[in-house]
Amino acid sequence: MAKQIIKTPAAIGEPVIILDKINKIYGGSVTTQVLYDIDLAFKSGTFNGIIGQSGSGKSTLMNIMGTLDRPTTGTITINGRRTENMTANQLADLRNETIGFIFQFHYLLPEFTAIENVLMPYLIKYGAASREIKARAAELIDLVGLTKVKNNLATKMSGGQQQRTAIARALIMNPAIILADEPTGNLDSDTTETVYQIMRDINERFKTTFIIITHDRHIAEKTDRIIEIKDGRISLDLARR
Amino acid sequence: MRIAFKIASRFLLSNKGQTILIALGIAIGISVQIFIGSLISGLQKSLIDTTIGNASQITIVSDADDRLINNYEALARSAKRQDLRLTAVSPVLDQPGLIINDERSESILLRGFDFNRAEAIYEFSQRILVGKLPVRDNQAMIGIDLAQELGASAGDTIEVTVLNGQKRTYLVTGIFDLKVQTVNKTWFLTTLSSVQDLFAKDGQVTSIEMQIDPAIAFESDLVAADLLPIITDPELKITNWKAQNESLLSGLNGQSVSSYMIQFFVVVSVVLGIASVLAISVLQKSKQIGILKAMGIRSRQSSLIFLFQGLILGLLGGILGLGIGLGLAYSFTQFAVRPDGTPVVALYIDQNFLILSFFLAVVSSTLAALVPARKSAKLDPIEVIRNG
Ligand SMILES: Nc1ncnc2c1ncn2[C@@H]1O[C@H](COP(=O)(O)OP(=O)(O)OP(=O)(O)O)[C@@H](O)[C@H]1O
Ligand SMILES: [Mg+2]
Repeated sequence: MAKQIIKTPAAIGEPVIILDKINKIYGGSVTTQVLYDIDLAFKSGTFNGIIGQSGSGKSTLMNIMGTLDRPTTGTITINGRRTENMTANQLADLRNETIGFIFQFHYLLPEFTAIENVLMPYLIKYGAASREIKARAAELIDLVGLTKVKNNLATKMSGGQQQRTAIARALIMNPAIILADEPTGNLDSDTTETVYQIMRDINERFKTTFIIITHDRHIAEKTDRIIEIKDGRISLDLARR
Repeated sequence: MRIAFKIASRFLLSNKGQTILIALGIAIGISVQIFIGSLISGLQKSLIDTTIGNASQITIVSDADDRLINNYEALARSAKRQDLRLTAVSPVLDQPGLIINDERSESILLRGFDFNRAEAIYEFSQRILVGKLPVRDNQAMIGIDLAQELGASAGDTIEVTVLNGQKRTYLVTGIFDLKVQTVNKTWFLTTLSSVQDLFAKDGQVTSIEMQIDPAIAFESDLVAADLLPIITDPELKITNWKAQNESLLSGLNGQSVSSYMIQFFVVVSVVLGIASVLAISVLQKSKQIGILKAMGIRSRQSSLIFLFQGLILGLLGGILGLGIGLGLAYSFTQFAVRPDGTPVVALYIDQNFLILSFFLAVVSSTLAALVPARKSAKLDPIEVIRNG
């Protein structure tokens, strides 16, 4: 079995994620509706920002896009595949192969080193790392500027280093989509700029679709498209290019 | 599989203190289980050994009024031919007698042996303390307690009086110790022909004593049943030690059952211990499991992470437990000793039992990981992602 990551990415400009009438209601006896009839489509290779006040529903929306959470009603289509009838295993495989996550709180495995964390999605799929994929992981580590600390345990790295490790990890499977929830949330402005530059580079080099939730005005202003969520509804959808 | 194993071993390595503690818990449980098992089977073995080791296991006796068996040589021959499992076939003529000594009399049991054949049962050559076996009709061997009672020693002569008023003088050639007081006190061993002659019972014995291979000692009833066809005289019957020692056997049985119970509960407590620690470790690792699931690990793999932890802990604990158990057994035989240096209880260490205990450790630890494994499989990554 050739352990190579062969992808047939959606042609540039084709939609990679389509959300159709997404509603999310929490709770049993006392219900809270968090998302109202969200219709959204993201085109392949674009660099998108989602902004909005705290509690507006951004993370909820992103978790639904990433198939980690299920909408109360509505459908999600990822890379042309409807997700609502997929089994847990099919969703796991879909996430593994198509989506790279960068969470706000880094979420590395503290028992593993930076490079092992980067390799983890590949190991989940294939069990063992080939020489090629190790070389690729080292390349990604270099790309995010972590060459010196690549053998450090996740706990032995700074916040910014952990965040960059998470970016490299999100890239290892060469996913069609990267979902990032406040990836620079607790970084200083210089590091924020570095992380942004890295993501932008990757977007341009690999044509990876980025969807980034951010509070950071600078980042938001540099995206191709800004979507603002207000009280669970899209209040602004601005495409720059 | 491989990733689950890799993560499992990394989880265990990154928390060495907890890992060592659990493995030690398993090890102590298993070593206690091994120790108790070996102790009980050692006890039982030595008990059985003293009961039947140097005694007749299968005996042909007569129900006739005179209790005598004629044509015993033919019977002995056909018994040997009938069953190859018999390791000894020895005819004996037992008759009562008295040793009158300074107003006191000791009642004895004159036992006429063919010493060549009886050796396979009684191992006299090893039981003899001083002197040698009687070979002539006027020679005899007595037990250590009778010798003390009489103040006799090898080389002395003893006059024996029997019921018909006859007297005969024997030369004591040796003193034996068969480790049973009544035997040492009453048995008066001489040749078969001497007793036959003294009681005018030429060509007759009172029993044919037999032994089987010690490994099949517990099949004595089956062997006895197989010997039935050789008996044509309706007044003869075959007994075996199991029929004669029912209370001993039921005692041993009860002991075995309680030994198994103890072993069972030791293992149960080990399992509960591991299960609860692993269940806590699922909580400790729920963040990691959540991340792994977000990255696409399947539920089966995520539960394998915990099964592998159980398996690895079981292997570690099993090996350690074997070591501790054997060490415990060894020091017990070294320190719990009689004045002469022999162990109070000779532990019986059975290789199969050790292998069984080892697998018990591995299997039960893996089973104990089932509950946490299920928890891990069910964990929803969104809970972790949403709540940080
Ligand atoms: N499990 C839940 N049960 C009930 N309400 C929930 C639950 N999870 C989230 N909410 C509510 O949903 C709303 C949206 O939450 P969400 O985390 O999506 O906000 P957000 O836009 O990401 O905010 P922030 O910028 O602070 O991260 C909030 O009002 C929150 O209280
Ligand atoms: Mg949020």
